[in-house]
Amino acid sequence: MIAAVAEYPRAGGASLKRNRRWALFTSYFFLILFAIFFLTPPYYMIVTSLKSDAEVAHLATNPWIIANGLTLEQYRLLFRETDFLIYFKNTVIVTLCVVAITMVVSVLAAFSLSRMRFWGSGILATGIFLTYLIPDTLLFIPLFQIVRGFGLLNSYWSMVLVYPTLTVPFCTWIMIGYFQSIPKELDEAALIDGAGHMQMLFKIFIPVALPGIIAATIFAFTVSWAAFVYPIAFLFSADQQVLTVGTVTSLIKADVYKWGMLMAGALVAAAPPLIVYAFLMDYYIAGLTAGATKG
Amino acid sequence: MVDIVRRYPGQLAKSAFQPRAGMRQFVRRRSTIAFLMCLPLIVIVAGLIIYPAFYSIFLATLNKAQTRFVGLGNFSYLLSRDTFWMVIQQSAIFALTAVFFKALIGLVTAHLVNNLPSKGQRKWRGMLLVPWVIPLALSTLGWWWLFDPTHSAFNWLIRGFGGTDIPWLSDPYWARFSVILVNVWYGAPFFLIMYLAALKSVPEQLYEAAQIDGANAWQRFLHITLPMMRNIIAITVLFSLIVTFANFDIVQIMTAGGPRNMTHVFATYAFLLGIRSGDLPLGAAVSLFMFPILAVSAVFILRGVRKRGREIG
Repeated sequence: MIAAVAEYPRAGGASLKRNRRWALFTSYFFLILFAIFFLTPPYYMIVTSLKSDAEVAHLATNPWIIANGLTLEQYRLLFRETDFLIYFKNTVIVTLCVVAITMVVSVLAAFSLSRMRFWGSGILATGIFLTYLIPDTLLFIPLFQIVRGFGLLNSYWSMVLVYPTLTVPFCTWIMIGYFQSIPKELDEAALIDGAGHMQMLFKIFIPVALPGIIAATIFAFTVSWAAFVYPIAFLFSADQQVLTVGTVTSLIKADVYKWGMLMAGALVAAAPPLIVYAFLMDYYIAGLTAGATKG
Repeated sequence: MVDIVRRYPGQLAKSAFQPRAGMRQFVRRRSTIAFLMCLPLIVIVAGLIIYPAFYSIFLATLNKAQTRFVGLGNFSYLLSRDTFWMVIQQSAIFALTAVFFKALIGLVTAHLVNNLPSKGQRKWRGMLLVPWVIPLALSTLGWWWLFDPTHSAFNWLIRGFGGTDIPWLSDPYWARFSVILVNVWYGAPFFLIMYLAALKSVPEQLYEAAQIDGANAWQRFLHITLPMMRNIIAITVLFSLIVTFANFDIVQIMTAGGPRNMTHVFATYAFLLGIRSGDLPLGAAVSLFMFPILAVSAVFILRGVRKRGREIG
């Protein structure tokens, strides 16, 4: 900067400033356009969910605003007259179990893979990353057969069985990255003090890598909350259904589409991940970028 | 072993005099503990990912009732059907177009956010990432409602500007456009975040030096930003290519493959044949067609990740 100002005395400095302001202005202008694109669907979902059925059905008024008065009727219908709360409960149970399983499995494995060596551990670490790249849409058909073999078809416990395939590889991968960034001197000091492996994990690794653990937990939570392929393939009755599929398929089954209620359902179902994101955005983003920037 | 002997000389000497010391020693060994800690992971990965992956290859060689071995019969049957060729074509169009626009929008928005004073960046980043945070199935439902044939709020706007209604989901080509649009909407924020992280890691001195040398914004982008970000761009694109090729939610919810099967991608077609029509082997065969593109992308990603690992370490 100093050099630039020196080279272009006075007039140059001013034009540089003007350029800067112009760049800022165009940045804001285009960012607002992109923000409108990104936020239109959620905005429209909120607006629809707060309208009465009559306003939604009749095309008389501007659909983008609430013209005939705000009402919470759609939310009341959703909670009172549909199976939505059953889906919600099922999703909570499945997600809690999956997050717990995922974190125990991946923290133990990542600790072992990042600090202790055994025969084949190097190949295993690479293999974990590769299995993360195998999508659920390739696995759901053979897993259908396997879930049927376990007698778990149409039971939400089958989700507890299969969701870890979505979460465990990536969580292990990012935990390996976090654990590897812990200086070796720290565990040497612990070993000299006579700590065992488990003590080392709980007293040093987990506290030091807590941001990583939070990021991995958030990842496991959002993935199991949002999973769609497995439940739509393996679950068919309402009492076993989870939120995503329940909202998209079962709530629709009325004679007329009750769009206001559907949007209310979609919003309530999307709320937990959004709330987690609102409060823990930095951890959420850390988890997202860790996959490619670490390791 | 050597480690343990050196670090716990007393313990080891004591245990050697106890019965079944060999067994105990084996359990205490560092590598054994390490392996046991990995065991749950190995069980999950081997039992629920690797085994099913190979099982689906076996499954794809059976007939519908899974009683008879038909070899490559399912594959040749699929390849003899026009519908399946359309699925291949649409999967490629869907994935390539969507990834291209996601990468482009991600790159542009990342630069725009990076231009802002650092105080406001957080807020904008938080706002622009919202599509990625809403579970895809639920936001797709919102899009479906926006595309609704009689109530479409987009068409209301278009009519307001004097245009005619667009058949978003009932015309095959518009339906293809719509599913791609939703995928771009959902995935672009992911690129934004990845690129923004990469932009932050480019040393500021490089830009200052270039500015002194009189490089304009475009030259700085071309000769500094792009080369510095090449690896992360490649990883993100390849990763997104896999995820987009395997996408299921958007097409399944908005069109279920229609109109006239023109929007089917591998995942929805596999679901239709395998689960809805109950022909698991045929469905498995369809989803296995995803494998080559996944394998190629995976090899390149792995190379990129390793290279990046070396650059950092």
